[in-house]
Amino acid sequence: MDSWYKFKRVFLSVGVPPTFWLVAFFLVPLALIWVFSFGEKTGVVGIDITWTIDNYIRAFNPDILKIFAKSLWLAIAATVICLFVGLPVALGIVYAPSKWKGLLLLGIMLPFWTNLLIRTYALIAVLRTRGYVNFTLEWFDAKIRVLFDLFGMGGIATALLGERFQALELLYNDNAVILGLVYVHLPFMVLPLYAALERLDRSYLEASLDLGAGHLRTLWNVVVPLALPGIISGIIITFIPALGSFLTPDLLGGPDSAMIATIIERQFKSANDWPFGSALSFLLMYITFGALALRAVMAKRGGSDGLEG
Amino acid sequence: MARRSLFGKDPAGPLDYLRKWPLLTVMAATFIFLYVPLLTLMAYSFNDSRRNIVWRGFTTDYYGKLFNNTDLMIAFGNSLTIALFSTIFSLVLGAMVAILLWRFKFPLKPLYEGTMALPIVIPEICMGVAMLAFFARIGWPNDLIWPINLANIIIAHISFTFPFVAVIIRARLAGFNREQEEAARDLGAGDWEVYRDVIIPHMKPGLVAGGLLAFTLSLDDFVITFFTSGPETVTFPVKVYSMVRFSVTPEVNAASTVLIVITVLLTAIGLWLQNKGTAKK
Repeated sequence: MDSWYKFKRVFLSVGVPPTFWLVAFFLVPLALIWVFSFGEKTGVVGIDITWTIDNYIRAFNPDILKIFAKSLWLAIAATVICLFVGLPVALGIVYAPSKWKGLLLLGIMLPFWTNLLIRTYALIAVLRTRGYVNFTLEWFDAKIRVLFDLFGMGGIATALLGERFQALELLYNDNAVILGLVYVHLPFMVLPLYAALERLDRSYLEASLDLGAGHLRTLWNVVVPLALPGIISGIIITFIPALGSFLTPDLLGGPDSAMIATIIERQFKSANDWPFGSALSFLLMYITFGALALRAVMAKRGGSDGLEG
Repeated sequence: MARRSLFGKDPAGPLDYLRKWPLLTVMAATFIFLYVPLLTLMAYSFNDSRRNIVWRGFTTDYYGKLFNNTDLMIAFGNSLTIALFSTIFSLVLGAMVAILLWRFKFPLKPLYEGTMALPIVIPEICMGVAMLAFFARIGWPNDLIWPINLANIIIAHISFTFPFVAVIIRARLAGFNREQEEAARDLGAGDWEVYRDVIIPHMKPGLVAGGLLAFTLSLDDFVITFFTSGPETVTFPVKVYSMVRFSVTPEVNAASTVLIVITVLLTAIGLWLQNKGTAKK
């Protein structure tokens, strides 16, 4: 690496344009909403910067706190499910025959490349009242009724299944949001876990199995402690985007499954209260930075998680 | 018990997890979960039925309708234009950042790197509202003619794509052999010739991969565009969003299928080029 002052001209000509861009079209907009977050709304478009912290205090009123708690709960639930699904999947890929490995990894990545909106829409088509899940259930329901009727026991079928088929309400509730978050964020979990497990020394696992531990015990006592930095990294990398999700709760959630991003959007679009929306944005960013700092600390303590460099 | 059928005759080793049925089940269920919604979505875009559930025969009608849907086609044209311009700009800026970070030591470099990574890590919604506030505050005019009216969306897209491009190009530069540069200098090349004739040609696979990534990121973006687009500057994802809010229709399926095919193809080409590039070093 060269010292910058030895090649000042080159250094400046490659350094100035991107730095200018980052400052002008990223840091300045962020700084602007940071300033707005200490402002007061005056009229429809006016914002007075009075350096009040009212907007932040308002974020701690029970209604908003409830939404924060709800967002944390939905994101944590989705992250935990991703972990329990992702760990066996990553383990399976790591110890798959080498010709399968690339293919399986690609298989996990591929849905990740398709548009977030489209993936969410695909879930709507599956889950809605007239969606594929309910359609399949209805088909089975009809077949069972026919079967019972055949044996002259139509009454039993009615007693078991009710007068007629009741579609399940799978969409527009918290469960749909959790399912959507898992669907969208699973690759975020599998990839760091894969990177961590891949570097694990197989002989530890074999030793544990040879010495009589079962697979679950080996997993819990050997794999998990050794891969812990990767696991924590996966948890944080999944949690951050899940917490800031906008589309998933917006399209899959019901009226009470709003997440932080939903109320931020509302402040900027319909409620037109930019100072409050700005304060909420910064609170969300502070949580994000906190999670990232935690990951950095963990990575330092447990060695690299294999994602850098 | 070992499962032999799938993997030939040899008995399963203790770590052949894929041959253990609990793991195989989780794995199969995960892949079904990931793929069935998308595949049914694509399959039903060819279904000759508005109800969209019962299969009533193959048709490409909805693709025809798609191409006759002027609003959707305009939105698609906007998306492609935005993606094209943001790709060009983020390639230039990204390559500069990559060279800067790969080549030079300078004070506060970790801080600079961290700041450069911010657009990658901060929640999209925060960046979206920041862009909305920014363009409103500087009084960005709303009544410009096409394609200049897309400039604010392009600017916002460049801001979040070029750090990604920088990461990819920097990874490519890490495989550069400095002796090549010394050889060029010995043969009389100056600073600019070294870049033009040696370093930039070496970056090429990274530039192509980075460009494709920037293009797909821009084409796919919904949240940031949602906050910067106006009634006259609707992009494809924003248009699909408004259609999705109404109902599940075969047209949306067809539109989604087109976008899925485009992005998957572009990303696959990008990854392939990137692998080819790193394998050669």
